[in-house]
Amino acid sequence: MVTGTDRVKRGMAEMQKGGVIMDVVNAEQAKIAEEAGAVAVMALERVPSDIRAAGGVARMADPRIMEEVMNAVSIPVMAKARIGHIVEARILEAMGVDYIDESEVLTPADEEFHLNKNAFTVPFVCGCRDLGEAARRIGEGASMLRTKGEPGTGNIVEAVRHMRKVNAQVRKVVSMNEDELMTEAKNLGAPYEVLLEIKRLGRLPVVNFAAGGIATPADAALMMELGADGVFVGSGIFKSENPALFAKAIVEATTHYQDYKLIAELSKNLGTPMKGIEISSLAPEDRMQERGW
Amino acid sequence: MIKIGVLALQGAVREHIKSIESCGVEAVAIKHKEELQEVDGLILPGGESTTMRRLIDKYDFMDSLKEFAKEGKPMFGTCAGLILLAKNLAGYSEPHIGVMDVTVERNSFGRQVDSFEAELAVKDVASDFPAVFIRAPHIVEAGENVEVLAKHEGRIVAAREGQFLGCSFHPELTDDHRITAYFVDMVKEAKQSHLVNAE
Repeated sequence: MVTGTDRVKRGMAEMQKGGVIMDVVNAEQAKIAEEAGAVAVMALERVPSDIRAAGGVARMADPRIMEEVMNAVSIPVMAKARIGHIVEARILEAMGVDYIDESEVLTPADEEFHLNKNAFTVPFVCGCRDLGEAARRIGEGASMLRTKGEPGTGNIVEAVRHMRKVNAQVRKVVSMNEDELMTEAKNLGAPYEVLLEIKRLGRLPVVNFAAGGIATPADAALMMELGADGVFVGSGIFKSENPALFAKAIVEATTHYQDYKLIAELSKNLGTPMKGIEISSLAPEDRMQERGW
Repeated sequence: MIKIGVLALQGAVREHIKSIESCGVEAVAIKHKEELQEVDGLILPGGESTTMRRLIDKYDFMDSLKEFAKEGKPMFGTCAGLILLAKNLAGYSEPHIGVMDVTVERNSFGRQVDSFEAELAVKDVASDFPAVFIRAPHIVEAGENVEVLAKHEGRIVAAREGQFLGCSFHPELTDDHRITAYFVDMVKEAKQSHLVNAE
């Protein structure tokens, strides 16, 4: 009997496919998310839009919040650690958190190295903007990927860019000859072995969710249409006027992303979604997606 | 020829479809209840059982699933799917589909860090099946007509009751299709005997 194998860690993310993972800051929100049909919750101290507004250094949440959320729901609970912060990640693992997001939403602890996620029993999800980044994270042991998008903006444009980019690059790798892959690995800054695996499987070896800017049911369905395996919704739900209604609508739109009549129906009378931010109005140093290497 | 459906509301749908196809049988992803009429057997995949239940209710799937069971068509639940099939759930007053005479406890091996792989002897299937357990449930109690197919550390992790097959682990996450093949045989037999009875 062995724990923490790739199959067990990646498999956990496979079970989340077609689902919505929601950011929550307390037990009450976690219950609303579970009730709405979320496949997991991400326990945080503040949702990304509040982190953005608060400024300063964003760190792992108070363990009390994770504990409160873990006691409140039976679905898996994820939590965020700073990029490269080995101890925050070990604390979350020791607490029994089900998945760790090594996240650019928090202020990085290391500006050169990501965590060696292969060394952990708990699985990790990491952000990516292109295949090079995705493959490096897989090489370090990430068991799940998500687009970075631009968190806390309610603006889908960056998530769309990242999903299209990764998928286009995956298609290219799959169609290449094996003798071209080493140079492609060099060009992408990607581990050669990961590219070989992508070519063999015809897809990424781990699931890739959409994240960073999803604010409406139509946004969630768009990301599924573009090939996401599921979606993370951060600020979009609990910064909207009616979180319970919004949460349910986003879950349904994700399941039936090509049923446009249904999405029209469930988008009616949802109230105001979160206020969005135009990306070009963000100073480069305020772009969370630039964090990570 | 038979066709096997995979309930495709959420979870590991693609893997089951691949496994069924590897057994040389046509597989269909079932997103709408009407599509149940096209298939001879149904797999309820792994995923999050609470999420699947919400969507089952939302799309009014429950009666059709119970009807499917009543027609004697085989159903196979893996992990969350086993939870959906069980007649009793430890700690809950109501079951989901509630057709297989077992009591199931959710997340009974612990959280994700406790998830594991183990080699299992599965009766009539394999002596060395690679079983992947992820936040897995187990069968606490099995009714008298339930045949226990596998145990891990004394806990029942695979069982069959007539047309119903359930397991705690995820055969779909491996390239070993022997349990799927076992279910395919169940579906073929059920269809055969249905045809015989109809004549």
